[in-house]
Amino acid sequence: MENTNPTLGILFQLYQSLLVVLLAPLLTGWVNQCRAWLQNRSGPGLLQPFRTLRKLFHKDAVIAHNASPLFRVTPYILFGCMWLAAAIIPIIAVDLPFSPAADVIALVGVFALARMFIALAAMDIGTAFGSLGARREMLVSFLAEPALLMVLFSASLISHSTQLPRIVEVLAHQQFVLYPSLAFAALAFVIVLLAENARIPVDNPSTHLELTMIHEAMILEYSARHLALIEWAGSLKLFAYISLGIALFFPHGIAEVGNWGAVPAAILALLGKLLLAGAGLALLETLLAKMRIFRAPEFLGTAFLLAVLGLLIHFLLGA
Amino acid sequence: MPMTYTVQFINLLAAILLLIVFAMLSQRRILSLINLFAWQGLVLSVSTFVVAYSTVQHHLYYSAALTLLLKVLVLPWLLHRLIRKLNVRWDVETLINIPTTMLVGIALVIFSFNLATPISELSESITRGLIGIALASVLLSLLMMLTRRKAISQVVGFLSMENGLFFAATSATHGMPLVVELGIALDVLVATFIFGIFFFQIRETFDSLDITHMEKLKDD
Repeated sequence: MENTNPTLGILFQLYQSLLVVLLAPLLTGWVNQCRAWLQNRSGPGLLQPFRTLRKLFHKDAVIAHNASPLFRVTPYILFGCMWLAAAIIPIIAVDLPFSPAADVIALVGVFALARMFIALAAMDIGTAFGSLGARREMLVSFLAEPALLMVLFSASLISHSTQLPRIVEVLAHQQFVLYPSLAFAALAFVIVLLAENARIPVDNPSTHLELTMIHEAMILEYSARHLALIEWAGSLKLFAYISLGIALFFPHGIAEVGNWGAVPAAILALLGKLLLAGAGLALLETLLAKMRIFRAPEFLGTAFLLAVLGLLIHFLLGA
Repeated sequence: MPMTYTVQFINLLAAILLLIVFAMLSQRRILSLINLFAWQGLVLSVSTFVVAYSTVQHHLYYSAALTLLLKVLVLPWLLHRLIRKLNVRWDVETLINIPTTMLVGIALVIFSFNLATPISELSESITRGLIGIALASVLLSLLMMLTRRKAISQVVGFLSMENGLFFAATSATHGMPLVVELGIALDVLVATFIFGIFFFQIRETFDSLDITHMEKLKDD
């Protein structure tokens, strides 16, 4: 931690926080745009998520009579959790002031907290769709969470730390080594990412068909600014997951400890990686078909299997 | 423990091999199963080639070439031809409970890794860590033969088991003598031919390749 400049550190931390909150809807827009191109449509443009958000913020909120305070605070908690998660994952520099908080287990906990509140809020109104969506969400996430933890443990075993900045530091700035266990973990992580962000093989965010929807069923009762915050939190969650993936599997190019001059280059590298990741996600979503809800456990079981295999291979080969 | 890039690369290939066996275990389509088998052969061939290159063992080049020819080109081609002739190209097997099979698979992997650790310590080869993976792929292929009911998938399981054994031989002892390898390769080729004839016979007798029908052979 030599020549660490605290003011500059805090400045960059603030910068990253602002960057993620503005980039997240752009990333969602980019994924949608890529998907539209792949499906031979012209697409709504990159800024469409911002337009939707502006529209929603200008509307008047309608809240059910029997909604409890929990229902009102949930969008703020959700947004806060996701913003926090996205802001502390080391994506531009490894030693930002908040980065000691970026422990992988704590991150999983933050995601779990947000999920618990949205599931409770969905059941709060008492509509059939809300509880149905909450139940399905819990089914998917209770299978996805162990797989995610296993993925994170594979990375932690390599760097002997559950601190995300330390993991990134080890993977990005040491001699290049091929890690078969990380290859497995990356595959598992992609599956978890698809499932947790309500992406196509598990859930389809653009449908309101009661037989298939999971995430949409939970937020059916929200409107106006609450809905805007939830949508924004969804974008932030996708952003957080993708940046977690970048941090674990492709951290090369991130600024080293104390080397603040490398931050602009790191931001450019990050943008490039985000563009690639978004395009890849759109490609995956175009190639895959939505699976039946009862096939989702099998899909997520595969993720868990891959992650466990990665761990075992780490123990066998020491790599 | 610094490792050279060749060893890292072989480790990666071994991991991919294990992944392919798991994919085979969970694959429902017969066509994809055969394609996976071809991929397995390719990975095997590349890893044999890399071992040959890094240890300067010339006979391993021949086995790599033999693997490429036989397991990537000839055998998948034969199997493709078979399923086309048998008209089961798009058949989908109804498997019992894939997650359970996967869990049993993980248990098998842990078992074979444990079993292989003392053996690996005896070996001096650079790839000794891979015996566990080879053993695991043999056992997983065996599991696949046990859980499948279609004759063709059982044969693919058998062939994949042979691949696992071959990998074990390469990684533990730098390969068997060339004569033995040639013999095994010929055996596998002939076996596939014979299996092909069996398939036709089975289908002629039972109108299906589902071997559960064979349990009804008893007099009653």
